[in-house]
Amino acid sequence: MSVLIDQHSKIIVQGFTGSEGTFHAGQMLEYGSDVVGGVTPGKGGSVHLGLPVFNSVEEAVKATGADTSVIFVPPAFAADAIMEAADAGIAVIVAITEGIPVADMIKAKAFLADKQVTLIGPNCPGVISPGKAKVGIMPGFIHQQGSIGVVSRSGTLTYEAVDQLTKLGLGQSTCIGIGGDPVIGTSTLEAVKLLMNDPDTEGIVMIGEIGGSMETDAARWIKEHGTKPVVGFIAGQTAPPGRRMGHAGAIVGGKDDTAAAKMEVMRACGLHVVDSPAAIGATMLEALKAQKAG
Amino acid sequence: MNIHEYQAKAILKENGVNIQEGQVAATPDEAVAAAEALLAETGTNWWVIKAQIHAGGRGKGGGVKLAKSLDEVRAITEKMLGMQLVTPQTGPEGKKVSKVLVAQDVYYPGPTEKQEYYMSILLNRQSGRNVVMYSPEGGVDIEEVAAQRPEKIFKEEIDPSFGVLPFQGQRIARNLGLSGKVAREMAHFVERLYASFVAVDASLFEINPVLKTTDDKILAVDAKVNIDDSALFRHSLIEQMRDLSEEEPSEIEAGKHNLNFVKLDGNVGCMVNGAGLAMATMDIIKLSGGEPANFLDVGGGANAQTVEAGLKIILDDPRVKAVLINIFGGIVRCDRVASGVVEAYKKLGNIKVPIIVRLQGTNAEEGKAVIDGSGLKVYSAITLQEAADLVKQLVG
Repeated sequence: MSVLIDQHSKIIVQGFTGSEGTFHAGQMLEYGSDVVGGVTPGKGGSVHLGLPVFNSVEEAVKATGADTSVIFVPPAFAADAIMEAADAGIAVIVAITEGIPVADMIKAKAFLADKQVTLIGPNCPGVISPGKAKVGIMPGFIHQQGSIGVVSRSGTLTYEAVDQLTKLGLGQSTCIGIGGDPVIGTSTLEAVKLLMNDPDTEGIVMIGEIGGSMETDAARWIKEHGTKPVVGFIAGQTAPPGRRMGHAGAIVGGKDDTAAAKMEVMRACGLHVVDSPAAIGATMLEALKAQKAG
Repeated sequence: MNIHEYQAKAILKENGVNIQEGQVAATPDEAVAAAEALLAETGTNWWVIKAQIHAGGRGKGGGVKLAKSLDEVRAITEKMLGMQLVTPQTGPEGKKVSKVLVAQDVYYPGPTEKQEYYMSILLNRQSGRNVVMYSPEGGVDIEEVAAQRPEKIFKEEIDPSFGVLPFQGQRIARNLGLSGKVAREMAHFVERLYASFVAVDASLFEINPVLKTTDDKILAVDAKVNIDDSALFRHSLIEQMRDLSEEEPSEIEAGKHNLNFVKLDGNVGCMVNGAGLAMATMDIIKLSGGEPANFLDVGGGANAQTVEAGLKIILDDPRVKAVLINIFGGIVRCDRVASGVVEAYKKLGNIKVPIIVRLQGTNAEEGKAVIDGSGLKVYSAITLQEAADLVKQLVG
């Protein structure tokens, strides 16, 4: 099993005919994802990559039965694209777009609150259930089907962790890039819960960074309810306070959202915390062995 | 984006928030003219001269002074303009003052006691909503209040669909100890303050102090405003408020090449694709016995041009003793990046510090072969641990 997406996910691409949308839709198709069409307002009725283009998500859902959407719409219009997808009944929305104004995301989050929908991102690499479906921009070839779940706020750092896992023979159930923005659809804790409840996930890698309290919130829940080993890393141990480190959400605001403070809480909650990002894969391997031995 | 107090106050005033009136001046003559204009406009015959720099704690460093005559306005301004103002937030080198705000004196005697409050608006990341945070203890360091008297800090979460509702404004006034007409003034102040926050896509408002004057007016005496960088595309007038003299020159240069760069003061430079991996690379440098000299995310476009621009900015810093380039190739191919590094290296010439190139992902082996075959003083690595070991060997 896997969470959020699998081989049955019917995927549409919002921002389908743009350069990003085109390239990554092609990559997703190549990976074997069931992309059934796309949306570009004004280009409805045309065919792109051999698939139908619609003017709205509503039309696309009616015609294709899509339940998953991936968004490559430019920042100024991306929050609206998210709300449109939710309104059309899409169940899983993956927003890749980086640079959406915070005020727009506050609005979108409020709009989504009473709907049966999961938003992943924005400003994220997407979600992949290796061997089943890829909804995002991550390189498919580094992944391998297996039983480790990965939750992360970053892109290439997630690839780094996945690569270490795969090379140690640890495949992945689902890798969830939750995004690096201050307002995102799915928190670390919500993603961890999904994986903790997934019977085919045996261990979880949780990669966070400075800023906010998502990792400590998740760690406290894991302490109470965790049943599987969790390896944790927080990027930004050397980041100075008050400076944005690339991601809009990666900023040390006070003493509680530094890497050191988060790692301390995570350790106290029983997570396998690594100081070096080079040790993520090996630590997972050991934690699994220890779990089986114990 | 950070803006100056005088710019922040202009934004507040435009959106109907009562402020301490003032005018900005870049010369002593302008300051005297501003003081005369304020006298005519508000009747104030004392003035507060405030240094305009992007840092708080200005009063402690001598950046806020009271002038009781036009002669004093001139004398204080002459001294303040051009000074290196050191505050608890500037670092020991301080910041150069090139403008002052000449403001009306709002601490005049009157029928009631004056009161100073603290008020800020910021995002609650957990709920995805903005929060008005406030305290009856204003005009002091709020971190101290939070640490010692947390019960004096209040929070009001705002529903984005409605803004500040009347009962919320009244609750805030009540918690600040106000009643009657002045409580209604405060509720109005908060409602306008929140509306301004939304109108300009702010990411932070900090008004410390909010003043209740001795004649029961509520106004913003100071204003720290940060604007959401991602929203600047729809605020061209605010974008023009950017003061490049407040920014690190190397960061401005990096911005021109679309590089996300933050200057630090260590001895190992780094260049990475992706913000999370860039932070993790800095951590690796530290764990290997070095100190990161910068944060640099080249994003998805790691090519010869961006590598050259990035290397140049990093190597401009004489403290840099080694550089670690860490690229995880997904869409971007490692052999292309490697060729880019070799090309940039040759073009820059005369590079005196060792460069470590760690390439992983798509075509990593081919990339390593390009680096190893180049004959340059460039060390190559494939795993993150190998890169860490090289850093240790070279600077640890």
